Amino acid sequence: MRAKPMNASRREFLRTSAMAGGGLVIGFTLPGAARLAQGAGKEARMSAYLRIAPSNDITVVCGLSEMGQGVHTAIPMLVAEELDADWSRVRVEQAGVDQAFANPIFGMQATGGSTSVRGHWEPMRKAGATARAMLIAAAAQTWKADAADCRTERGMVFHKSGRKLSYGQLAEKAAKLAPPKDVKLKDPTQFNLLGKSGTKRLDSAAKSTGRAKFGLDVYLPGMLTAVIAYPPVPGGKAASVNDAKAKAVPGVRQVVQIPSGVAVLADGYWPAKLGRDALEIQWDHGANATLSSEGISKMLSAGAAAGGAVGRNEGDAKAATPAKKIEAEYEAPYLSHSCMEPLNCTAWVREGEVEIWAGTQSQGPAQGILAQVAGVAPGKVKINTMYLGGGFGRRFAPDPVVNATVLSKLSGKPVKLVYSREDDTRGYFYRPASVTRMTGGLDAAGRATLFTASVASPSIMEGSHFMKLPPDGVDEFGVEGVRDCPYDIPNLRVEYSRQEPGGIQVWFWRSVGHSQNSFFLESFIDELAHAAGKDPFEFRRSLLGKQPRSRGALELAAEKAGWDKPLPAGVHRGIAVVFSFGSWCAQVAEVSVGADGTPKVHRVVAAVDCGMTVNPDIVKRQIESAIVYGLTAALYGKITFKDGRVEQSNFHDYRMLRMSEMPKVEVHIVPSKEAPGGIGEPGTPPIAPAVANAIFAATGKRIRKLPLLG
Amino acid sequence: MISLSINGKTRKADASPDTPLLWVLRDSLHLTGTKFGCGIAQCGACTVHLDGQPVRSCSTPVSAAAGKKVTTIEGIGATRAGKAVQAAWISHDVPQCGYCQSGQIMSASALLASNRAPSDADIDAAMSGNVCRCGTYNQIRAAIKDAAAGAKGA
Repeated sequence: MRAKPMNASRREFLRTSAMAGGGLVIGFTLPGAARLAQGAGKEARMSAYLRIAPSNDITVVCGLSEMGQGVHTAIPMLVAEELDADWSRVRVEQAGVDQAFANPIFGMQATGGSTSVRGHWEPMRKAGATARAMLIAAAAQTWKADAADCRTERGMVFHKSGRKLSYGQLAEKAAKLAPPKDVKLKDPTQFNLLGKSGTKRLDSAAKSTGRAKFGLDVYLPGMLTAVIAYPPVPGGKAASVNDAKAKAVPGVRQVVQIPSGVAVLADGYWPAKLGRDALEIQWDHGANATLSSEGISKMLSAGAAAGGAVGRNEGDAKAATPAKKIEAEYEAPYLSHSCMEPLNCTAWVREGEVEIWAGTQSQGPAQGILAQVAGVAPGKVKINTMYLGGGFGRRFAPDPVVNATVLSKLSGKPVKLVYSREDDTRGYFYRPASVTRMTGGLDAAGRATLFTASVASPSIMEGSHFMKLPPDGVDEFGVEGVRDCPYDIPNLRVEYSRQEPGGIQVWFWRSVGHSQNSFFLESFIDELAHAAGKDPFEFRRSLLGKQPRSRGALELAAEKAGWDKPLPAGVHRGIAVVFSFGSWCAQVAEVSVGADGTPKVHRVVAAVDCGMTVNPDIVKRQIESAIVYGLTAALYGKITFKDGRVEQSNFHDYRMLRMSEMPKVEVHIVPSKEAPGGIGEPGTPPIAPAVANAIFAATGKRIRKLPLLG
Repeated sequence: MISLSINGKTRKADASPDTPLLWVLRDSLHLTGTKFGCGIAQCGACTVHLDGQPVRSCSTPVSAAAGKKVTTIEGIGATRAGKAVQAAWISHDVPQCGYCQSGQIMSASALLASNRAPSDADIDAAMSGNVCRCGTYNQIRAAIKDAAAGAKGA
């Protein structure tokens, strides 16, 4: 028995949804600021971002997704600082989807690229300062006084006469006033909250008691739970389906074929999974059934050897004749994001409208895509953003929201689509594999005079479907971290060769191109330092004369790690420094290597220059988190292919760093008055090279292929 | 219909005996604090207590819970160790994304209930079955030690 045949309109719908599922479609029109977050009860709505209740409770509405990075604390802090709010009364609420919450850096509502604080540093402070000015104006009106004679502190307006009114008392009146066009922001020396330690996260209690609601925690009346049998080979499709046994599983309601695979809809996850296990599917594997990691490596290696589009060219690298020349090929594998919360989305397609509940990083793009998938106006797509059980870029991708919407439309019911851990691990959208061939040259004095890198990797820009390779043919994510080599080397050339093995969907993974390219560059610079017979820290430092912030982070990490001080027997250090996402991060890793060759990372000392900070406690935790993410990948991370299939499936064969392997981590922040940089990602890139360089210091063995444990 | 004792209350659920306890808690009873992470007892996100012992509910058939006291993250605060652990978690701001933390807290509470002053090695042994993708392990360790110190003083 085959799955139910489709009628013509359903086929047309699926064709459209397949197109939408294959790529983010942009150019759609977002509604204006029509559906702003509405105030509840008697709260006064000061703006889209802020409500104040008569009780003095302050609600900051945040359009950014909380995935652990602390944005649901940082955004309220920005508002509260300029509002002079009483922080103990500040709460946060997740916004729906609305252009009012567009990320200024992306132009649409989305969370990623370590942009949240960078993009909202000024707008959210202005939102606070504007509301403060309105509250002062309301108080001055009430008192028939001059606003210039009023001041604010901890949620109160004070008049010089001693009179005072709370924000809660003033809010209703203030909300009716015209917002001032220009407001003066505080000088950083006046900050009470920003940049100061001790402000607690607003989500800790909910997340320590099981109350926090993630996407998987959504239950709707009449909802079905869906799992999909996906083609085991990229680009494959179901040739025939026998669903008789699946439909015989108690609790299974429907089996439907969709462009992504064969979906089983049931009364809960367990019957859905059992139903899927019972499906009998003949797959047409398509063109990629012989895909293998060996073949991919060869393809990338040949691409790197051949060279490609020129991304940077200084001096004359081809004509340079250094006294000493070294050459090496480095390789990094595909990686899965493996968020703790498996991917999921709950969708409900009703007459002329769509509503979804998801931990998504990309509300703006999703709204446009789902409007096309369901055939409704973008304004009829409602998105309820839940807490994200990890994001790391994976939750920027459209696959769960598209497929859940497709299944709800087909079934006419609310549908929660759940990825098993195996689906999640094997669900593509991987950090691309890359092979990079580098050459370096030294003059007779041991000074670097030549650096070239030839990168071969799939293109994230093209794979994203919302960007295109630029006219120069260089994928910015393919080369970032090596093209922006900070070292002062006169002859420098970077090339990029786009290689696309077997239709493997690649995607943004925490720190994106820096995640592999910084391993390549910072390991190779270490090779150059050793070739020059110089200390790896001093060698880097000597080449960073024109990069004071790189050098500053490097020096602080070295100083705090005691770079020149002896270590216990068997423990060795490696160092790396990387600029990414607007911040500079240097790390020193202390590593010993066991008799069997297994490295143990004892301590990591990090220094970060991320400009001014919002919450330095969260900054330190983000750097530590990013180190663990990068260290896990460096030690164990690899997605490999055999016969077209992904070989890994779950945490037993796609290993995670665990408590017993966790190094001590120290994070030091470089004091700064500069504009804020990103913080979610910059801690990831330096750890792999810092550890690999320490392994070299310990063993003399240079590791040029990740993961470190093969 | 299966009858279970969960957090001190009797709950009934319509599920076959081999359904994992996790999916009965979540899909039948909507006790969503217990999380699905891997389905094969590799990550600890689904940890609950059966008669005080930590188990991975994703790999425990619901039939194995019959006649036992099931404690989940929603009920652990009623125990002395659980209350101390949750308070320490909040005061240390342990959670980042937070998804694994129910399981971490259940493992930590079981540890402290049986060991009032765990060493680093004890913590490694008790907590290495719980994966945290945000890398909060050092904060978890610090919070456990704090909770232990608090519980000792109590």
